[in-house]
Amino acid sequence: MSATEFSGIAERRIEDANLVRGVAALTRERIERVVKAVTRGEAGARLAVYHETCMRCGMCADACHYCISHDGDPTYSPVGKMEQTMWKLLRTGGKVDPDDIYGMAQIAYTECNLCRRCVHYCPVGIDTGYVMSLVRRICHRLGVVPLYIQDTAHSHSGTMNQMWVKDDEWVDSLVWQEDEARSEIPALRIPFDKEGADFLYSVIAPEPKFRTQLIYQAAVIFDQAGVDWTMPSSPGWDNSDMCMFTGDYEMMGRLKRCHFEMAQKLKVRRIVMGECGHAFRSVYDVGNRWLGWKNHPVPIVHSVEFFWELLTEGRIRLAKKFEEPVTIHDPCNIIRGRGLMDKLREVTHALCSNVVEMSPTREHNLCCCAGGGVINCGPPFKGVRLAGNKAKADQLAATGVHTVVAPCHNCHGGLEDIIHHYKLGMDTKFLGDLIYDCMEKPGAA
Amino acid sequence: MQQLYNFAVGPLAWVAWAVFLGGSAWRLASMWALARKKDMNAVAYMDVRFAARSMAHWATPFATLGWRANPAVTVATFAFHTALGLLLLFAPGHAVLWDYAFGVNVWSLPEGIADALTVLVILLCGFFAWRRLQLPVVRFVTRPMDWLVLALVAVPCITAFLAKQQIGDNLLLSTLHVLSGEATLMALPFTRLSHAIFSPFARAYMGSEFGGVRHCPDW
Repeated sequence: MSATEFSGIAERRIEDANLVRGVAALTRERIERVVKAVTRGEAGARLAVYHETCMRCGMCADACHYCISHDGDPTYSPVGKMEQTMWKLLRTGGKVDPDDIYGMAQIAYTECNLCRRCVHYCPVGIDTGYVMSLVRRICHRLGVVPLYIQDTAHSHSGTMNQMWVKDDEWVDSLVWQEDEARSEIPALRIPFDKEGADFLYSVIAPEPKFRTQLIYQAAVIFDQAGVDWTMPSSPGWDNSDMCMFTGDYEMMGRLKRCHFEMAQKLKVRRIVMGECGHAFRSVYDVGNRWLGWKNHPVPIVHSVEFFWELLTEGRIRLAKKFEEPVTIHDPCNIIRGRGLMDKLREVTHALCSNVVEMSPTREHNLCCCAGGGVINCGPPFKGVRLAGNKAKADQLAATGVHTVVAPCHNCHGGLEDIIHHYKLGMDTKFLGDLIYDCMEKPGAA
Repeated sequence: MQQLYNFAVGPLAWVAWAVFLGGSAWRLASMWALARKKDMNAVAYMDVRFAARSMAHWATPFATLGWRANPAVTVATFAFHTALGLLLLFAPGHAVLWDYAFGVNVWSLPEGIADALTVLVILLCGFFAWRRLQLPVVRFVTRPMDWLVLALVAVPCITAFLAKQQIGDNLLLSTLHVLSGEATLMALPFTRLSHAIFSPFARAYMGSEFGGVRHCPDW
């Protein structure tokens, strides 16, 4: 019934050089071997219970922005995507064609953001994000990963950061931003490798690569708040992790170990992470588990929580408020991943005079459609994100405001794309943008 | 036919219960062993308090986003499972069997209520079948196993209703009712009906992870 009536992924295949090359090298025997190695060797009861108890009720369809944006197309529903991938692999024991793996990779890497909104819709408690991550793990072990995100994973392997940033370029970027900031705050320093600092500030590699001004802003905020902080000058500074999303868990483990060990080497009390969602997911929830750590060797704090501390402790004083109406986007990895919805609101309300909530909001908010590594799959799949998140565009437009506060890099990328595509006339802001803009700077020249 | 009926309510009933209880125990024990072997990075976060909190929300109609978004399914699901549970334990005919097998005197539903609940379960089976046939999001993911488990619930209820209402050969229908009910009992640990024994653990884990790690409601 399903195969003829709903073609699903077969009718929307997108050409990707690495998927084509990877699939060309596959045999049915290798696929079966790898599927069994993952589903029986790596996964266990969790996958078995999810597979057995998913009642195929379809309630999760209403949760997924892809499904909503495609007018309820069942091939985009969470259970529909599991049916076309993992459920099919388990049902067949991995006896599928290489061509099938192409479609499964496209679904797993580009049609699911692992946002876990569907958790709020499933009575049984099935974690689609976990299941789709395992599909990605199989695809990674088969060498069938979209080209652009695979390139970032290679960068992690080669440089321990996501953006091929060389060691001297990293230090140079920090010194550059310090120089820039000293023209505003003459006594400002970005403290390198300061042992025993209160916290290590880590960022994702796209900050030095594309959004270097965020390092400037963070330096000004920390300096003017009078906090004791440091940034590392050698690998371990990048907290991002595309290997988590490609399914390269071995490399993910190396990255997390490097990050934590840098903090331990510097003897800091905790790690404060920049405004990024996926990196937080990797450091706080996924990488530690792969390494066998129930908790974290060094406490992890996301920027939203840290800014909340600075504001509530009075370490930052505001000279003004942002007067334009704003709305709040809830990044999945720090809201459904860490429950920071209240602190995000407290900080935003402290900074902005007029906050208009989206509907739905908080932990029920819709995804940006960029996370989960989907935006990192690059230009071939940009259209998937744009068409797949019309629901978010409608939600943003309904607020009637022109500024979206989103404390996550991937969310910014995804929201900016749909804002332009659907001509919403909106701007996106990090909390750091607003704090930098509104705070008192007593040390300013 | 009488001999078959006697066999069905006698030795075969013991076999069915043995398969159900033994099979369920074996499946739970082996799944737990597998979880201990492969899923300690999840098991480690199990927390009774958060599990109970999640279960309480999902056991309350319209207390979760999913239930609120699907009102018809919510009403049908709660009515279906409640009616089925009441009939399994307290149908007048079953009370006789409790007494016959174990010598325990179990309270039983009034005849009229039991009949109404039986019809309700049959109608709700029809509702679930209608969803599988008519709603694209359900039809796309429906497989033979889904029809099998629906039939395993519907057939005992339909035969019970017909026998009770004296429609058709009473002995034949009563025998079919007992046999199909025993088939359902035996199939429970080994088909998707196993959600009865496994879904509490899936729910408990999701509640634990969202409560203890994510600090966020899972409803």
